[in-house]
Parts: sequence; C-alpha cells; structure tokens
Amino acid sequence: MRWRRVGWLFVLPALAVYAVFVLRPLALTAQYSLYRWDGVGPSTWVGLANYREVLTDPDLYGAIGHALVLVVFFTGLPVPLGLLAAAVIRRTATRPVRAVLLLPQAVPLVAAGIAWSLLLSSTGAVNRLLDVVGLGGAARAWFGDSSTALAAVGVVGAWVLLGLCTTLLLVGAERIDPALYEAARLDGAGPWAEFRAVTLPGVRRELWVCVAVTAIAALASFDIVYVTTRGGPGDATSVPGFEVFSLAFAQREVGLASALAVVLVVPALAAVAPALRWSR
Amino acid sequence: MSGPRRCGAVVGTALAAALLVGCAAPGGDRASGAGTSAAVTSEPDCGSGPVVLRARFETGFPLAKALTDEFTRQHPDVTWEVREEQYAVLTQNAPRLLADDPPDLVRLPQVSDLAADGLLRDLDGYAAWFGWDDWPAAHLRQLRVGPGGRPRGTGPLYAMGFSTSVTGVFYNKDLAARIGFREPSTLAEWDDALARAKGAGITPLAGFNSGAAAGLAFPLQSLMAAHGSPSAIDAWTFQQPGARIDTPANTEAVRHLRRWLDAGYFDADLNATDYARMLDRFTSGRALFMVDGDWESATLDRLMPGRVGFFLVPPVRAGEPRAAMTGPPTFGIPAGAAHPDCAAYFLNWAVTDRAARELTVRVGGALPLGPPDAHVPPVEPGSVTATTLTAAALVAANGTGMDFMANATRAILSESWTPRLQELAAGEGEPDDLLRKVQADYADQVDR
Repeated sequence: MRWRRVGWLFVLPALAVYAVFVLRPLALTAQYSLYRWDGVGPSTWVGLANYREVLTDPDLYGAIGHALVLVVFFTGLPVPLGLLAAAVIRRTATRPVRAVLLLPQAVPLVAAGIAWSLLLSSTGAVNRLLDVVGLGGAARAWFGDSSTALAAVGVVGAWVLLGLCTTLLLVGAERIDPALYEAARLDGAGPWAEFRAVTLPGVRRELWVCVAVTAIAALASFDIVYVTTRGGPGDATSVPGFEVFSLAFAQREVGLASALAVVLVVPALAAVAPALRWSR
Repeated sequence: MSGPRRCGAVVGTALAAALLVGCAAPGGDRASGAGTSAAVTSEPDCGSGPVVLRARFETGFPLAKALTDEFTRQHPDVTWEVREEQYAVLTQNAPRLLADDPPDLVRLPQVSDLAADGLLRDLDGYAAWFGWDDWPAAHLRQLRVGPGGRPRGTGPLYAMGFSTSVTGVFYNKDLAARIGFREPSTLAEWDDALARAKGAGITPLAGFNSGAAAGLAFPLQSLMAAHGSPSAIDAWTFQQPGARIDTPANTEAVRHLRRWLDAGYFDADLNATDYARMLDRFTSGRALFMVDGDWESATLDRLMPGRVGFFLVPPVRAGEPRAAMTGPPTFGIPAGAAHPDCAAYFLNWAVTDRAARELTVRVGGALPLGPPDAHVPPVEPGSVTATTLTAAALVAANGTGMDFMANATRAILSESWTPRLQELAAGEGEPDDLLRKVQADYADQVDR
C-alpha cells in the first residue's frame, strides 16, 4: 500500500500539468455552458437553456453533416493510402522516399492550408495542370465554389493526415518480427498474401489509432477551414469546430459556444471509444 | 488497476478539477465607471517625465504608426510601444484585451458592446476641453454610443479618429479611355459603362468576397444608398428602434447587384478573391472599376501615378446628392489605460498639428478630422488623393455620409453579410431572401 502512495508522487507532476491544461479547461467549458456570458461582463445562470438552443439550431445539423463528410476524406483516404505506403516503403524504399512520404506530417497545418489555397486558386497549379491535359473546362477556384469547397478542404486534410498515418503504420510494420515474413515466404506467400496475413494483423493496433486520430481531426476540424475558407462560401464548409469559434469570438456567446463544444464531445467519443477498444 | 480503484481515480481527478475551477459564476462585474462622464478640469497632457504609451494598431494601415513617430519627434519624452495586428484579430480579442491588459490607445471595431461593457473611457470630458464638440457633428456621430450600447449615433463619445474616410469608385484611366468612359451622372450611365467594358473584353469590376470580410457589401451598400437613403441605412446600422434593412429600396439594390453578377461584371472566382488580390488586379490594370475607400488613395497614387480616377457612386436621378460610406477609423482609450490624458492629448494633437495633418493626407490619403477652419494640407493636383479629399468634403457638406452597415452588430459581418453575399455571388438563393435573412439574424442579435 505504501508503495502505491509513492507511485502517486511520481505521477504528480504530470498529473498537475494534465489537471491545469486539460481537466481545468474541460471543467470550465462545462461550467460556462450553463451561463449566458459575453466573455467579459457579468454572467447569468441559464441552466440547460444553451443546450436547448444549440440542439435546435438548424445550422448546426448542416455543420455536423459537413464534419461527417470530412470524416470520409480525413479517415477514408489517409488510412488505406497510409497502409499502402507503409507496406511499400517497408519492402523497398530508401531514406529519401521515406522522408518525402513523411513530409506532410512535418508541415504545420496552417502553412499547408495556405500552400493548398494557392495551388487550388483560380490561377493555381491545379487549374494549370487541368488546362494542360485538356480539362480546362473543369478549372475553377476550388475553395471559392460552393460545390467543391468542402471536398477541397477534405483533400487538404487527407494530405496532411497521410503523413501521420504513414509514420504510425510504418513504425508498426517495422516492429513485426522478420521471421514471420520469412515463414510466410517459405510457405509460398506472394506480396498480397504476405500483406494480408502478416502486415495487416501486425499493424492492427496502429491502424485503429489512425482511425481514431483522423476521425477526431475531422470532427474537431477548425484550422484548415479557418485558413482556407472561413466556413464559406455561404455556409458550404461550416463545421462544428468553426461554429464554436465564431460563437465565442464573433458573437461573444461564450455560454452557447461552450455548450456546443460539450455536445461535440459526444460524437467524438462515440467515434473514438470503439477504435481505441479494438486497438488493444 | 482494478475496476473500482480506477473509478476512484477518475472521481478523484474530477473532484480535483472541480476544486481548481471553483464554483463562482464566470465573468466580473460591469465596470462602474461606464457611462459616467468625468469632467476634465485641467489641461490633459503627458506630464513632464518620460512616458511610454502602449498602442495596438491595425496591420496594413501605416498612418497611425507614422503619427506616433512624428509625435515622439515633437515630444521626445513620450515614446511608444506599438503592436500591429490584423483587423480580424483585433476585433476578436478587443474585449479581452481591454479587460485584461488595456493599452493606452487601441484601434477598435464598432464600439457599442465595448462601451456597454464599461471597457472604454468616455471621451466627452476631453471633447469639451479640446473643442471636438465644435466640429461638424456628423464627423464623430458614429463614435457616440447610447446607454447600454444602443442606439449608436447619440450619447457620449467613446472613440476618436484622425481622418474621415470616404468610399466610391476608383477607375483605371487607361482602360476608361478604351471605352470612351466619362464619369457618370446617373446609375444608369454607370451601368452602361459597365456593359461597354464587358463588351470590350475588360473585366468591369474588381471585387473581393472571400474570407469573412463580405467584400460585396461595399458595392451593395453603395447601391442601397443610391436606390434608397443613407439615413435609413444608418438608422439600421445604429440599431435605432424599428429600423429594418429588408426595405423595398434595399431589395432593389440587391437585385441590381445580382444583375451585375449574372452579367459577369466581376471575375468568376469572386468568392475566392481576397482584398489584397482585388487590389492587385486593379493596380495591375486587369479591371476598370473598383469600389473601395480613400485609404487606398495614397497607394494608388504611388503605384499608378496620374492614371486613377475616382467618383462617388452616382444617384438614380441626375442631380441628386451622392451618398458614400464615411467615417473615421476608430481609436479608443481603454477604461483601464495607464496614461489616458496623454493618449487624449495625442488624439487632439493628431488632428490639430500641422505636420500631423500633412501626414494624414500623405500617408493615409484621407481628409484629416478637426475644426472646420483647420489647415488643409496641399496635395498634388490631378492625383487621386486630391479627388478623394474633394469627394470627402462634398459628402460631409451634403450630409450624405453613412456608417458601414457591417458595423450594425458585432457578428453581423461574419455571420450574416459574409455567407449571404457569398451565396448571392454563387447564384444561390433569391435576392429577396438575402435581406430578410440578414434582418432575422440582426433581430436575433439585437434581442439577446
């Protein structure tokens, strides 16, 4: 029993940091969500009224719909592609190839957003490329067109997260005992069978971590949207994370913003809990 | 760790978090000084010892910084700690900045909420002492705030400015010559010029509409004032009781703008074009007209000397007075400022000192505020700055200036004008619905 207490002593510094920077803001958000407050002046207790307002706001459902579309891009693209990249890199690639594939993870999100805004602008590289291959008719300002803006945001997110997934899955793949591959080859397995029977089960845990992290990134997305479209054109790329921001900082409705943030924890947990469970 | 123990740990951390938070309601009391006007009984100045004034200004508008440099040159005891930030950042952080770490002078968005929260100093005492009250009342009207933050336009003075800006239409004289353009006396004549430019393969209008800046609001409000009246728009912007934006005249203006959009008068990537890119397109000769303000006059004179003209948006019927968005870029003194007297002295110096007024014209390209008989610095004849100065004076004389309608409430620009005007540019929604939706958001925000 005494040893257990000593153990707590060791954990204490980390716990203190966690309490101040994670638990306290979390608890404050939950507290603010019960008040009407402009962030500066006096506040008024309103109980659950903010939650009622947030849950009955039709704009919110549009934003949640956009976030779900982003899950398809943020998770659906980088996880399979990352898996493919990891499998190929493990077998063949040299250092420079690895470095290039890991690059998206090293670029700050905001910088990536700005770079992609230039690439996807009306006179950007993407449209020039389309022009060269005779598809100039499809050229457009990708972030400025309401029919393509959300997909453009999704592509940027997928590109950024591809680096993360490749890194994680590569680490997982390299941890696999080489003897397993040898055994598989002796049993006559080709690259596909090897991938299915050895690599895939070997990186199962990393795979689910990837799914969890990318799904959260989509559901909580804010920075890419802020840098590229600010939720526009119209409301075409509004996402819940951006709604929280504009409620708190543009409308100065800190209570409503906090209530929405608390509400958003629910789908995030729902997406993450099973993924984390399967990653054990 | 076994189940119950883990549960204990979770409960323990939750309790610890609750303790860290405490149970007090968030926020402070409303500052008690709000709304009370302290009479100034002795000359407000900067004292005799060294003073460091802290200021927050807007990036991209070099006038304020230039004025502080000149002030220090004339008053070596006063030095400045200036930080420049993007307007959107200033807007979003203003309440917290003023509450937690108030500088002495700060560039602000519209001030009603900040004044209502008691975060700004009431400047009426200084206005009386320095004689700002003797200027044409219209100059500072937008900076007056009624009790509780509304309506604006009356009540104590909560901010000041160095200059009064005016908006209108800049045009490229080279491109204008190609279509034989003469400055229009009616809106129909301007429409005709736009059509001729389009026919000649020239982009008629440089515009911007991306981000959260509602760039189309500039042309739209100009059209609204032409079809309707600037005072009716101001009533709405100032939150006067019963004022509405979805009037028949304003709706006609939205339809007018929609016709321009449908005719392809703006570049197709309008919704992905930001302010800087619009300016670049105009200054590189890729568009004939640009609806903008005189804060760009000095830049245009530098980049395209002698090649830019300017006119106020013409009225529907020839001879009627022309309206424009006017107003001083807003500077306030926080309630918690360390050196309010020195900041007020600086504000007064900036509009009365000869060198300061010359800077305002040369760097800012705008008409300096100040007493009616104050020195008006000379400008290069034929420059666009000369034209915008004349236009600003004309609008002031006619009393047809109005505030920017995006200043109506703190969120109306980013939450309503921006998305609705982007939809209009994308050809989505009906023009008649646009103002109805903005009005609904406005009512919602004003009622809260």
